[in-house]
Formats: sequence, C-alpha cells, structure tokens
Amino acid sequence: MTSARTIAAIAAGKIAGMLSRVSRRGGGTAVAGLAALRVDPHVVRRLAAQAGAGTIAVTGTNGKTTTSLMLNRIATTAGLRPLHNRSGSNLMRGVAAMLVEEATFAGTIPDAVRRLAILEVDEATLPEIVREAAPRAIVFTNLFRDQLDRYGEVDTVAKSWERALSDSKQQPQDSKQQTANSKDGGVAGPTLVLNADDPAIAHLGRSAPGRVLYYGVDDAAVGLATDEHASDFRTCLDCGSELAYDVTFYGHIGHWRCTACPNHRPEPHVRVTRAVLGENKTSLAIATHDGEMRVTLPLAGLYNAYNALAAATGAIALGLPRDAIVSSLEGFSAAFGRQERFSVEDRDVQVLLGKNPTGLNQVLRALAARDGRKYMLFFLNDGIADGRDVSWIWDTDYETVQPQTEWVLAAGTRAEDLALRLKYAGFGDDVPIERDTAAALRRALDATPSGGTLYVVPTYTAMLEVRESLAKRGGARRFWEDA
Amino acid sequence: MSGPVLRVAHLYPRLMNIYGDRGNIMCLRRRCETRGIGFELTELGLRDRLDASAHDLIFAGGAQDREQRGVVDDLLATKADAVREAVEDGVALLAVCGAYQLFGKFYRESSGVELPGAGVFDLHTEHPGEGARRCIGNIVVEWDAPAGVQTIVGFENHGGRTRLGPGVRPLARVRSGFGNNGEDGTEGAVYRNAIGTYIHGSLLPKNPALADHVIALALARRYGHVPLAPIDDRAEERAHAAALRLK
Repeated sequence: MTSARTIAAIAAGKIAGMLSRVSRRGGGTAVAGLAALRVDPHVVRRLAAQAGAGTIAVTGTNGKTTTSLMLNRIATTAGLRPLHNRSGSNLMRGVAAMLVEEATFAGTIPDAVRRLAILEVDEATLPEIVREAAPRAIVFTNLFRDQLDRYGEVDTVAKSWERALSDSKQQPQDSKQQTANSKDGGVAGPTLVLNADDPAIAHLGRSAPGRVLYYGVDDAAVGLATDEHASDFRTCLDCGSELAYDVTFYGHIGHWRCTACPNHRPEPHVRVTRAVLGENKTSLAIATHDGEMRVTLPLAGLYNAYNALAAATGAIALGLPRDAIVSSLEGFSAAFGRQERFSVEDRDVQVLLGKNPTGLNQVLRALAARDGRKYMLFFLNDGIADGRDVSWIWDTDYETVQPQTEWVLAAGTRAEDLALRLKYAGFGDDVPIERDTAAALRRALDATPSGGTLYVVPTYTAMLEVRESLAKRGGARRFWEDA
Repeated sequence: MSGPVLRVAHLYPRLMNIYGDRGNIMCLRRRCETRGIGFELTELGLRDRLDASAHDLIFAGGAQDREQRGVVDDLLATKADAVREAVEDGVALLAVCGAYQLFGKFYRESSGVELPGAGVFDLHTEHPGEGARRCIGNIVVEWDAPAGVQTIVGFENHGGRTRLGPGVRPLARVRSGFGNNGEDGTEGAVYRNAIGTYIHGSLLPKNPALADHVIALALARRYGHVPLAPIDDRAEERAHAAALRLK
C-alpha cells in the first residue's frame, strides 16, 4: 500500500508542477520535484519500487542523456514502458518530478508490471539514487573534469561513487525492492555496466557489490596517433604510478595499463571489434557473449559509439532482446541539443553541445572530418550549470577546426574569454564578440550563405537559449516533445 | 643573429595541468615569438632531473590531490634542490595553485599529517578539514607592478589556506575573492624572481602585463634589460576588462 504521506507528496508535486507551468513557461520540473520531496523525502523510493522491470540508472560526465535515450528506445521496442526523466533534469528533484507526474493521485504507477525506470543521474546525485531507488543496474559512461567549481575535484566524484556502491551491499532493502532484485538471482548490489577503457570507471569494478559487465572498444584503428591534452586520469588508482596507453581514443579513454603494478584495462564483455566513423553515421561490429551485432548508428563521432555501446550493454544487463537493441540504435535520433539539425531561413543549422574539454574535442574532431568551409558560432556561458570556471577552454583544441573556418563569432556571457582563446587558436587577432544569444544567432544566420550550414557550439545553458531562440524562428522542436 | 631566447622548464605537464595551465605556456610562447624572441620549452615529468642552470623560467601548474601526492615524492627526490638553487641564482619561477602549495615549506592535511614541500617559498598551507568550504570563485587582486598598481583577474579553486612567512612578500592584495587564506587579504607570494599564486583562468593570457613581467624577469638574468615592444593586446584587454566586472 502506498502511504498517506506518499499520496500527499504526489498531490503536492502535481499541483506545484501545474501551477508552475501555468504561471511560467516550461520548467515546472524542479518545483514539482522539490514540493513532492518536501512532503515525503522517500517519494522516489516508494514510486520507483513499483516499476515491475526495476530501475536502471545512467551516470557519468559525458553521454548520459544520449545513452539513457537510447536505452529508452530499446526498452520501448522490447515492449516495456519506460519511466524516464528524459528532459535531462537529472538531480533528485527531476527524478521525483517525473515519477510524481507518472503516478496517479492514489499513489500507484499505472501499468506497473511493464514499467522500467530509466534514471539519468547527475554524478553527484548518484549516491542518493543508489540509496533511494535501489537500481538493478547502473551504467557508467566516463568521468572527466566538468564543473570542478561545483564538485571540487574529479576524484571527489569517484570516491563518492565507490562509497555509495559499497554501502549498497550492506543496505537492508524493503520487500518491494527485493522483488525487483530477485530477478537477478537475489544479488544484493546492482549490476555495474562499466567502461573498461576509462580507468576511473573500470576501477569501480574492483570492489563491485554485484555482477559487472565491462564494455569497450577493441578496434585500435580508430585510436589517436598522439594523446590529447585534456586527459584527466593519468595515474593508477591502485598505486598512484603513471598510466601508459597502448591506444588512446580520446582524453584518458583507451587501452591503458599501469607502469608499475598489475592494474590494467579489464577485458570487455561487450566490445566494438570494428568501427567505421563516417560524416553522419558510424558503423559498429559489437561482439557479445552470444554472437555479433552489426549496427549502423545514425550519429557521428566515436563518443556516440561509446554511448551506443553503453546503452547496448545496459540493455544486455537487463536481459533485453538483441534485435530490439540493433533496431533501436539504428533508428536513433540525437538527444536534446547534443547533435541536432534545424532548418532555419534556408540554412542548415547544426547544434553541437560542447561543455567540457574532452567532449568538445570530440565534437571538433568530428566536425573537422567533414569537408567544406565552416561557419562557426561558439558560445561560452559561465552559469552554475555550465561551471563558473571557464579555464577549461585553454585545455580545448579549438585549433582543430580553425583551418576550415570561413567565419567565426564568439558569443555568450564569457564571449571575451572565448574570443581570446580563439585568437590563440589562429582565428584572428580581433575575433568578434556578441553577448546576446538572439543577436548572435542573427549575425551568424546573416553570415551563412543561403543553403549553407551553420555550426553552433554552445555550453549547456547557452544550448537552452539557442533552442529557445531557434524555436521562435520556427526551426526547432520544443524539447519535451518526443525525439 | 642570435637574439634572446626564453628557455622554459615546464614541470609535470602531464600530471599537473588541471585548470587550463597549458594557456600559460601558450601565452609565454606567443608573447615571445610575436616579438622575435626565441622560445624553448623543456617538459620534465616523473624521474626527469632538473638542471638548475639550463632554464630562465620554471613553470608548474595545478593538480588534483591524488596527482599532487604522486608528484611530491618525485619533486623532493629529483627536482626540489635544483629549483631552490635556480631561484637563489635569480632564475624566474611561476607556480600556480597546486604547485604554489608544493613549493612552500609544508602542507598540513586536515588529519594533521604534514607533507613536506620544496621550500622555495617561506610559506605553509593548511587544510581546515573536510567540512570547510573550498575557496572557489572569480578573483580580482591588486598587484604592485613595476609600472604602478595593476589588476590581476582569474579564478581560484583551492581547499588549502596558505600563510606567508617573513621570508616572502605577497604578490597582491585581494579586491574580491579569497586569495591565500580568505582572511588576511593577501594573494600569492614573491621571493626573488619567483612568483606563486592561486589564480588560474588561465592566469597569463588575460593578464598580459603580468605575462610580460614574468618574461622580463626571466630574460634579465642572462640578457639584462630586454625591451618588450608593445603588441596587439585588444583581445587580452577586452577579456581582462570583462573579468573585472564579474561577480
């Protein structure tokens, strides 16, 4: 039975969300979630526990939105009805808001048997989700420096994960959660789906509370000749000595081993044996314990291959069928703001999110692989969600696209810092700046010839503004519509 | 035709580089090469020995605690003596954030354990405990530059609180932000031609006056006064001015 307190929390959340949506534009999520959590701090536990297929969480620095959207599609194809915080609101309040929205006023989740909770979770929120939602499986994408001003240090995040996972072993669970877990043979801890190629993520497998599935890219042909500057984990998490790489894919992702102790990249259970990176698609051969899957992913960039691999391995951990995995990945369209195309005033506008050095280096490399002169609009905002510290632009290789750039504008709340960085990257001594988002888009559209392509590379909050502005010009979908 | 050449040693470029420290090297190189001054970079990692007389400027940046712990033993074993010798001999040094702490006398962890430093600067750093807030945010300081008071702008992110001893003077006075410890209004430290600071951002690109000051200090030991011709600093000054307005 759902407790009176949970029912009250659901009502409070629903009403707060409704009022917020009526009074303002969109963002009722935070308000609804906060209201529900205030009435019942365990509202997430009560509601997530009803999901018959259990809960899977997705966390990490880059790729969690795309990976969880891929999982959503796979689960839906497999006949499940996901409970998914798909708007990207990935703090506790966002998860609570989604569950409250899905629940009835009586406190039940309709069609509970077919429900799979897919929770995209902020790195710092994961310990709370492990406690409250007792996930069957957790997918970890990667761990890079991002918003160090908020989290302190990357290591702080890794340590909080390890603590949360080891706590999940001892944690007494209520009967509902045990039901969900018993499908995995009664294992107390969640199955960990880990990126073998990221030493910080792979390390979580060493003290895992339950089953571990590693995924990774075996195909050395897509590695880099030299390693990138933006690489965050350079020392062994076991002994502190320097790591060596036989292959580097990007950042500190690759075939790593410690130079002093036996610690090395674990053998992946699910692995890409061959990757062909195209301009707008990626062909993957993925080896699993029961045969090979061939997938043509309609997204560019090796980082998206990793997202697909993470989602596929998560789906395998849940026991979802292979044909659902293949067909869902092949039919996937990009996550909100990550890699989207819009048609605006006879111009092709492509928005590519770039919020930290490793992610942005990947985006720039994928861009440079495309032919043609480029019209570039870069944004740098320093909102809380972007990180107040903008020093990361000096670790980012804007130089990659400079030779192909026909026209460039530096925009955003820290446009002056960005223009200075672009000067160093060879874009000119006096790169123009524009702080206002709408004005920046106007200038960029005017500079791009009719029929041409404009590349917009925003940080997170700038991406929200760009979407808003493009929507006003009639070019974009609203983000809560289905992808 | 051999003009002046700035020879820079970058300590631990792979392990200590967390807050855009690469920007400082890019800045030094650009401001030299634009003026026809040669630029030679030597990167020194773990186990590499530092030759005290081979460089005009020693640079080291910030790191996370784990990397910093890995570095400190190596620093003491292979480089600290040479760094002290070089600084006594007038070689310039720029230490940012983590390196600033490492080049002090010691770092006291919140547990009370003291990690020895390289002892270049008469200062020490204490971590006030897990519960204490990190000093994080935009920072503006006032620096007594050779040409008069100048501002230095950037970002700071450090848990440790640094106290200066009588053997050093502060680099600057805090106008907004925390600086060395958030209490005494000082930021950074200066000893001979060595400068330590918590400010990154990157530090040098949008503080061109400080960058030129470091270049001049570094060249002076071998070449005497090397005039640094004015260069196009419009983008630099625009970024500096914008940072003065940040909260």
